[in-house]
This record gives sequence, C-alpha cells and structure tokens, in this order.
Amino acid sequence: MKVGVPNLACGNFLSVMKIIQKAGGKAELVQRPSDLNGFDKFIIAGVGAFDRGMASLNEDGWTDVMNELVLERKMPVLGICLGMQLMCQGSEEGSQKGLGWVQGHVRRIPLPSGSQIKIPHMGWNTVKILRPNELIPSDQGEQRFYFVHSYHAVCENISDVLATTHHGSDVTAAFGVGNILGVQFHPEKSHRFGLALMKRFVEMPC
Amino acid sequence: MLKHRVIPCLLLQNGGLVKTIRFQKPVYVGDPINTIRIFNDKEVDELMVLDIDASRDGREPDYELIEQLAGECFMPLCYGGGIRTVEQALKLFSLGVEKVCLQTAALENMQIITDIARHAGSQSVLFSLDVRKGLFGHRKAYSASKRKALSRSWQSILQDAVAAGAGEVVLNGVDRDGTMNGVDEELIREASRSIPVPLVAIGGIGSLEDIRKAVAAGASAVSAGAFFVFYGPHRAVLITYPRYQDLERLLSTK
Repeated sequence: MKVGVPNLACGNFLSVMKIIQKAGGKAELVQRPSDLNGFDKFIIAGVGAFDRGMASLNEDGWTDVMNELVLERKMPVLGICLGMQLMCQGSEEGSQKGLGWVQGHVRRIPLPSGSQIKIPHMGWNTVKILRPNELIPSDQGEQRFYFVHSYHAVCENISDVLATTHHGSDVTAAFGVGNILGVQFHPEKSHRFGLALMKRFVEMPC
Repeated sequence: MLKHRVIPCLLLQNGGLVKTIRFQKPVYVGDPINTIRIFNDKEVDELMVLDIDASRDGREPDYELIEQLAGECFMPLCYGGGIRTVEQALKLFSLGVEKVCLQTAALENMQIITDIARHAGSQSVLFSLDVRKGLFGHRKAYSASKRKALSRSWQSILQDAVAAGAGEVVLNGVDRDGTMNGVDEELIREASRSIPVPLVAIGGIGSLEDIRKAVAAGASAVSAGAFFVFYGPHRAVLITYPRYQDLERLLSTK
C-alpha cells in the first residue's frame, strides 16, 4: 500500500514515515497536492495551532485536492493529532474554518473546577472503545497511546466516536466516518500499540 | 486515566553517554544509539537526552547525532543542550525530536520560550530549572552552564517560564543528582502546586519507591539517570527499566 504523507508546514513527518514503513506500507513524503492522486491512502499529521494548520492546507492548495480525494473518491485518510482536529468544522483555538469532513467542533478539554488535573493532556493513556471498528479493535486487550494536546474533537454524532480516553472527563481519542479516520494520540510514538494500529490502517482495503 | 510518565534521562558528552554525581564527575556509560535501542525494546514512556557541554562550550546541538537518535525512538524524545534560537528548535523538530528543553538561553531571556511555543505549540517546549541548596539550606536556582547560583528565587523563575509558554517544567534537584538517595519531596510538592503545567521531577531516584514518592508529591512525570543505567553498589553499567505491570501497580494507588 502506498501511503502519502503531505509535507505540510505544520509539523515533522519523519517518525510518521518510519512507522508506516515498519508497518509494511510504502511511505512517501508528498510535496505537491496534485501528487497525492497517485496514492492508495494518506495521512494528515501535524502539531501546533489550529489556524496555522488550516493555513498550511489552504495556502499551499492542499484543501481542494484533499476534498476531492476524500469526499468524492473516498480515499482512506487518517488524521493524527492536529490532523484529526483539522477534519472538524472549526476550533475554539482559532478562527479558521476546518475541513469540515466530520460534523463537530474542536474544544478545549474541560476540567472540573478546582481539579488538580493538568493541561496539556500529556503522556500515556488507555482508550475505551465505543464502537466496533477496524482501526482499534476491542479484542486486543488494554491499549495505551501517547497523547499531547489541550483541545479535542467533540463530534455532533456520538456514533462517529470510535474511542475515548479519560482526562478529567471523557476526551475523544478516535473518530471514524467511513473512509475518514482520526486519532488524537500519536501512533508513531506509541510503541507496539501504535505500530499495530498503523499496520491495520496500512492494510485496510481501499 | 493518564499514566504518570517515567522517563530515562541520558546525558551526552563528546558523542557518548555519561552519568554525573551532583553535576560533577561524568562517568562513561555507553553508546547512545545502542542505549536508545535497549530503551525502545523496554517500551519506555519517553526519553530525554541532554547535551551537558553544548551551552557551556557555546556549541549548537549535534544535529547529525540527534537525527540518528530520533530515528531510533518509537516514543517521544526530548532534547536539551545548546539551543539558543527558534530556528535551532525548529530544525530539531524537523529531525524528529518532539520536545526541546531550554535552560541557559531561557534564563537569559524567556522570550525564546514564547517564540518556540508560537511556532510549535507549548507542548513542545520544556523549561528546565536546576535547584540546589545554598550554605544555609535555602534552595536556590542554579545555572549549570555558568556554574553559579542565581539571585532570583526559583519560584519566580518557574512562574515566568510558565507565563512565557513552557508546556512542561523539568525540575532538577541538583543535590540529589546521581546519588540515588531519594528525591526532594518538599521541593517537588511546592513546585508542583505553584504551576498549572506538568512537572517532571528529576534528581535522586534510586528505587521504585522513590518514583512513587515523587508522584505522590505532585510530579506528573519522573525522570532518572543513574537508576536506569547503574546496577548494584559498585555502579556497574546496566540499562534497565521497570516492567509496565510493575509501574502500573506502583502508581495506581497514589
């Protein structure tokens, strides 16, 4: 499987490329939006602020190409961390419109008042699977992943949420709408758990 | 629930790994790549690599080595040492480092934290502060690169770093460094209460019990050097890391 990783201005993609290779896929850093057509699936990774992420998609011409591939051709796509958040309609963190592939908004992780819980939610956490799915199957025992974020995607349709994690309250860990998948954590930094997830994404039929 | 992280801290010197005692007497403990491979196999939560000479010698980070190290890590990697500009930090991120740890440059001007956070997000900027006891037992902030105590209180320096945008604070109890004699619980407690971001406590870990104590005192994460690279009373070099189940049991009931 050929997996494209758009070289966006909002992140480093080395570790994502490495884990795709390790998972048996063929990873390629994609420099131009039009080149994305030649891939079986692709990954939107990225870190940092929402507006900056959207700006790097819009200004460099990725948005139109991605809309066509994802919404018309139904090419499988996985958003990681900020990449997942960009798939929503918008974010409390910024003022830019999101890609809008998933109905929902990105909100700051709510904390009960007076709580000792710290933001960002940073470190290893386990996930609770809400809906049977191919990406995070429930027969794998306890799965833990590495999270680093202060905001999370709040889906309008609860059935779009694949898994949650707990940090003060329930936080969206993964969502899926058909070919559109997103994970808030970093599979590329989550040892064998992340590798197994990536392998499942790479091997998913398209 | 979020797990408390346990983070091996590796010190780079001349391309090799060393371990110090109270920031002195570096002892060679091995090759960085091999060591990281071992920690990878042991599924460590995170890894911190600090170049202890870079700032003191006015050197930039050794990008070539760091790229190799980052390529081996299937866990988050934090690098510190010699970072003076935003461009240097961004270059490190592009090599696959997740977080940068600042001390010397930030102590001169906290603006560098703000600038890096603006480009890459707060979560990727750590501020590290060394604290040691002075003559009369008062804890003082200490500059490792200048080898002298600072006049400002360590509490106000931490506040400034967080206000500047540091996503995490690494607090080093210098008097405990390398001793494996236990952590400074009082220091961890006071610091952790005073900041809203995660605190990484380092200095003095010699047992699982010490890790538990640091967490009980309020640390979000615990880092250690000697405990993961030395074994036995004669400090023979042996790379170890607790089993996940053991850490789980240790930290599940605070």
